[in-house]
Amino acid sequence: MAMWFARSRNLVSSLRQNLGLSAILIKRNHSSPRPVFTNYELSSKVFLDPSTSFRHESTAVESQPDLVQQSDHEDDAQELDFPGGKVGYTSEMKFIPESSSRRIPCYRVLNEHGKIISDSDFIPVSEKLAVRMYEQMATLQVMDHIFYEAQRQGRISFYLTSVGEEAINIASAAALSPEDVVLPQYREPGVLLWRGFTLEEFANQCFGNKADYGKGRQMPIHYGSNQHNYFTVSSPIATQLPQAAGVGYALKMEKKNACAVTFIGDGGTSEGDFHAGLNFAAVMEAPVVFICRNNGWAISTHISEQFRSDGIVVKGQAYGIRSIRVDGNDALAVYSAVRSAREMAVTEQRPVLIEAMTYRVGHHSTSDDSTKYREADEIQYWKMSRNPVNRFKKWVQDNGWWSEEDESKLRSSTRKQLLQAIQAAEKWEKQPLTELFNDVYDVKTKNLEEQEVGLKALVEKQPQDYPTGFHI
Amino acid sequence: MASLLGRFCRKLVVPGSAHGSRMTSTTACGSETVKSLNLYSAINQALHIALETDPRSYVFGEDVGFGGVFRCTTGLAERFGKNRVFNTPLCEQGIVGFGIGLAAMGNRAVVEIQFADYIYPAFDQIVNEAAKFRYRSGNQFNCGGLTIRAPYGAVGHGGHYHSQSPEAFFCHVPGIKVVIPRSPREAKGLLLSSIRDPNPVVFFEPKWLYRQAVEEVPEHDYMIPLSQAEVIREGSDITLVGWGAQLTVMEQACLDAEKEGISCELIDLKTLLPWDKETVEASVKKTGRLLISHEAPITGGFGAEISATILERCFLKLEAPVSRVCGLDTPFPLVFEPFYMPTKNKASSSSSLSSPSKNTHFLIHGFSRLL
Repeated sequence: MAMWFARSRNLVSSLRQNLGLSAILIKRNHSSPRPVFTNYELSSKVFLDPSTSFRHESTAVESQPDLVQQSDHEDDAQELDFPGGKVGYTSEMKFIPESSSRRIPCYRVLNEHGKIISDSDFIPVSEKLAVRMYEQMATLQVMDHIFYEAQRQGRISFYLTSVGEEAINIASAAALSPEDVVLPQYREPGVLLWRGFTLEEFANQCFGNKADYGKGRQMPIHYGSNQHNYFTVSSPIATQLPQAAGVGYALKMEKKNACAVTFIGDGGTSEGDFHAGLNFAAVMEAPVVFICRNNGWAISTHISEQFRSDGIVVKGQAYGIRSIRVDGNDALAVYSAVRSAREMAVTEQRPVLIEAMTYRVGHHSTSDDSTKYREADEIQYWKMSRNPVNRFKKWVQDNGWWSEEDESKLRSSTRKQLLQAIQAAEKWEKQPLTELFNDVYDVKTKNLEEQEVGLKALVEKQPQDYPTGFHI
Repeated sequence: MASLLGRFCRKLVVPGSAHGSRMTSTTACGSETVKSLNLYSAINQALHIALETDPRSYVFGEDVGFGGVFRCTTGLAERFGKNRVFNTPLCEQGIVGFGIGLAAMGNRAVVEIQFADYIYPAFDQIVNEAAKFRYRSGNQFNCGGLTIRAPYGAVGHGGHYHSQSPEAFFCHVPGIKVVIPRSPREAKGLLLSSIRDPNPVVFFEPKWLYRQAVEEVPEHDYMIPLSQAEVIREGSDITLVGWGAQLTVMEQACLDAEKEGISCELIDLKTLLPWDKETVEASVKKTGRLLISHEAPITGGFGAEISATILERCFLKLEAPVSRVCGLDTPFPLVFEPFYMPTKNKASSSSSLSSPSKNTHFLIHGFSRLL
């Protein structure tokens, strides 16, 4: 016993000498039976403060392998073997606190006045790229405004805006390659806009006319375009996340220089599919960039009612996924983060998680009036003082790349183009009735053929009971 | 030549040509070799062929790597590599979602759900995503390469969560197909068809038959068409329709009925969605009576769909109400399994099979014994 004590004393003192460990390690007294916790010990030692030496201790073990060998087998071995590998152990009962003493900081490059923060890490953006990014952010704003109004006027049945999230939409898209396959949630039309989907194409889908690639089957804003590598939007939340893992895996198997990129809101991270998607992507080592738009609200549910973690970024490590929190209203930061994440995903064949902090300035959709559950002041504040478009505009203008004249020209021409697109889309022919029955399967099945015949006969017999314009 | 032979071979399993007394067809075709295989081996063979013939196909799910809990995936990982045949985390919604993603990129994803009883977490992905993937995108995207395999049905001791027959839930979903084989030979051909079908397919395998059913199975690559029912036993007095393991039970009921002079026509539906109404209709128009049998609970079971359709199409030809002999409206019980199951004596004593067209009185009496 005395011998054992002497050896462990030596162990402790050698650790002290070599690594300058804090008092906590030294307090561990091997010479007496494990004491019952005193109140003091419970309050100060039960919780593992991340800045203490506990982490150092396990690091110490790793960097001093001879320490492990030196110890007597009667001594506690520094590591234990379990399925999953070696793990250090401790006889001190410590719970990891429910939250860190400090929230994960947010990566940002531009301050609120559009000035680059000194010593920022960021990937430089050329004038051409910056101007294009700004133009697209402004276009998205105009598009959202006009389509929203069109719904209010009863011309389209539904719409949802991305107001406040223009930087996430455009800067992320700008950071990707056209071959990267995008699986959106539904508040990312800017990604499709960036890739070249025209205002007319957006309008056609909203009106569900004959030119709609979706053939009028879904509600407005459920865009999709295989040409632009943008999977069709579906209303259920988070279903795209495990699919993105599969897409990423497919790209990896094809050895493509591309990754899957998928979006989700703060609310969507509560879905089981979030867990499924991240876990699969990590285990399968799939090149997927998960971008979470944490905009504070899931319809009327504030994030304080959505989770108790420090947002979403902390969840990444739980899956073994590298993650970053970024100021989603800072176009340069978003661009750099997404660009870097994309490179990591493709070159290292791994998933990456980005939490983009932002605010949903608009209502959830045209079916929502958010003043019912949040202060109008709050909305106004974000709209005016934390506007991502204005912030980026300042930077672009300060560089001499954009003028007020450019601004008014862009806004008025975009507005005009949109109004024309809406007028044209509204007048466009409707989908033929046969499209109700196509594409359920690759080939129409017998039951559908019968139902089509039956329906056509009925419509011909009683046309007054049906909307006009659907060519039989 | 081989394909000609293949076509010839397939003709041997069409209605009327199979010998009535034997459930499983033993006819070999010409020079094609056959081997005596049980169901899981036949499935395994189909999977080997599928992966061999399409380098962009994948097999994955819980525990498939070592061969699977029912040995259906034996040898695949060793032969095709862990990139194509692999274990997944324990997460059905992830398995199916991941499979949809792979399929959407033009690959064939043959995913395994360990027991049909555990398919429900994936229900959203199947119904809201896979089934609608092509339609909602205006045919810009599709996940037709997805096939979901799951063992289903009673096994003697499975209880609530290892015995379920959830086919009815899926038959109500436009956009997917639902296929259930009755035997090893059928399973191989139907699985290959399902895997190669350009639509997402849910393929339920009767686990009771994994070892129990042994049949001569051709070793070559062959497919049995989907949405084509088969008359596996011809008769003139009554039509019986079923699928999967239940057909073995129904065949016994047919043999018993035959002793009483009742000639039974037995149909294997094979594909439940979209189902072959024409074959059943033609048969019922001939016999005038229909009995449908399935293990799944009777209320809302797929038998109701068949019954309603046949009623619409054959009303004037029917000599008796359509009979359904099914599981009880209870969760699948353990010790009570023998009482729950739609056994052959339940089928035999159902009104349709008891002295049809002879005794109205008996018919009405027998009606009340319908379960």
